[in-house]
Amino acid sequence: MNGVHDMGGMQGFGPVRPEVNEPLFHAPWERQALAMTVAMGACGQWNIDISRSARESLPPAQYLGSSYYAIWVTGLEKLMLQRGMVNATELQTGRADTPPLAGVRKLDGPQTASALARGSASTRDIDVPPRFAIGQRVRARQIHPTSHTRLPRYVRGHTGTIERIHGAHVFPDTRVSRPLPPFVDEAHWLYTVVFDGRDLWGSAASPGLLVSVDAWEPYLEAVEATP
Amino acid sequence: MSQDHHDHPHHHHNEDDHSHLSEMDVRVRSLQSLLVEKGYLDPAALDVIIETYEHQVGPHNGARVVARAWSEPEFHDWLMRDATAAIASMGYTGRQGEHMVAVANTPQTHHMVVCTLCSCYPWPVLGLPPVWYKSAPYRSKAVIDPRGVLADFGVHVGDAVTLRVWDSTAEVRYLVVPMRPAGTDGWTQAQLAALVTRDSMIGTGLALPPAAAAGAAA
Repeated sequence: MNGVHDMGGMQGFGPVRPEVNEPLFHAPWERQALAMTVAMGACGQWNIDISRSARESLPPAQYLGSSYYAIWVTGLEKLMLQRGMVNATELQTGRADTPPLAGVRKLDGPQTASALARGSASTRDIDVPPRFAIGQRVRARQIHPTSHTRLPRYVRGHTGTIERIHGAHVFPDTRVSRPLPPFVDEAHWLYTVVFDGRDLWGSAASPGLLVSVDAWEPYLEAVEATP
Repeated sequence: MSQDHHDHPHHHHNEDDHSHLSEMDVRVRSLQSLLVEKGYLDPAALDVIIETYEHQVGPHNGARVVARAWSEPEFHDWLMRDATAAIASMGYTGRQGEHMVAVANTPQTHHMVVCTLCSCYPWPVLGLPPVWYKSAPYRSKAVIDPRGVLADFGVHVGDAVTLRVWDSTAEVRYLVVPMRPAGTDGWTQAQLAALVTRDSMIGTGLALPPAAAAGAAA
């Protein structure tokens, strides 16, 4: 989706303002929001791409006007509402008035440390070889999906060079297509594609700028070698 | 939602006024008790998550990785070849660091890492990202004007140096290995780690000069 979350190359947001001795959390609720978002991520009713999609499809003004942890809380509430895990009244009162949804996994305290240390690999074995080779010129497709995608707008239509091949990883664009388990688990080869800054931004680009994205094979098309 | 924070630069980091803070506090408390009552959430799991990211995991992990890479050429090679395995060998694994790549700065190339689409960040080596990393100014500017971003951090990199920006658009997470400061020959890895800042491992800073470690390194 061409949303406001896709910020690369936008202008007018002002300078980056690093905070000296920044605390890890700026309010107690941020601490709980982080922990709840991580814990509920294990509930099995969505995956990381579905949760990213829930956040980035918030109304643009709301997304831009919210702190990042507020976006997470809103995204979490939205996912649970959509699945009937909670209802709007319950969210307002903080009290349950309906039974819990069946089949929701709960992350138990004792298993939490090992779950965090294990993480969740996105690599998969697939039986097709990579279509592109390191050093090959490729073009990022000129696509504008209305659903979730991880191909940023600022590279679409531009030509770059394959720099790394990371193996086959689960493809976000189809992983969101079924909102409930079992999720679509289609994997494609993932590449680092590097672009010359002048190709992305024109002759006024910062001198010596190279920018890469990690792009799944369906995002890319071959470019005829120029003589 | 507060939408007027851009008009109040003195509040710029928190982006929230006090009424909003307390509104969020109430909302999150209420959400938490609802999820516990419904049986979806174990409060003990929250405690482990908070303890992990507030006290155990943080940029001190990444600093040890960098200091070791500066000190042991074989480890440096391993880190460049297979960062996931090299970093895991030091006990740093897991969520948001399942697939790691390390990139080393040189006099010719300065690396910088961003996630323009959200907030992807290598948690096992750097912990949770700072607010600026997730902010619109950084996410928008890093790919089009990285020298301007460096200037925002008070860092200057010469025009002859290639600026290499990595946009973390997939599940690969990037760690920058900054250049080792001159004048640190013979330093222990613990002394060196004290020079490795979080920002130097994102690429918005440089490792500290040796003088900065006076009194800091054990």
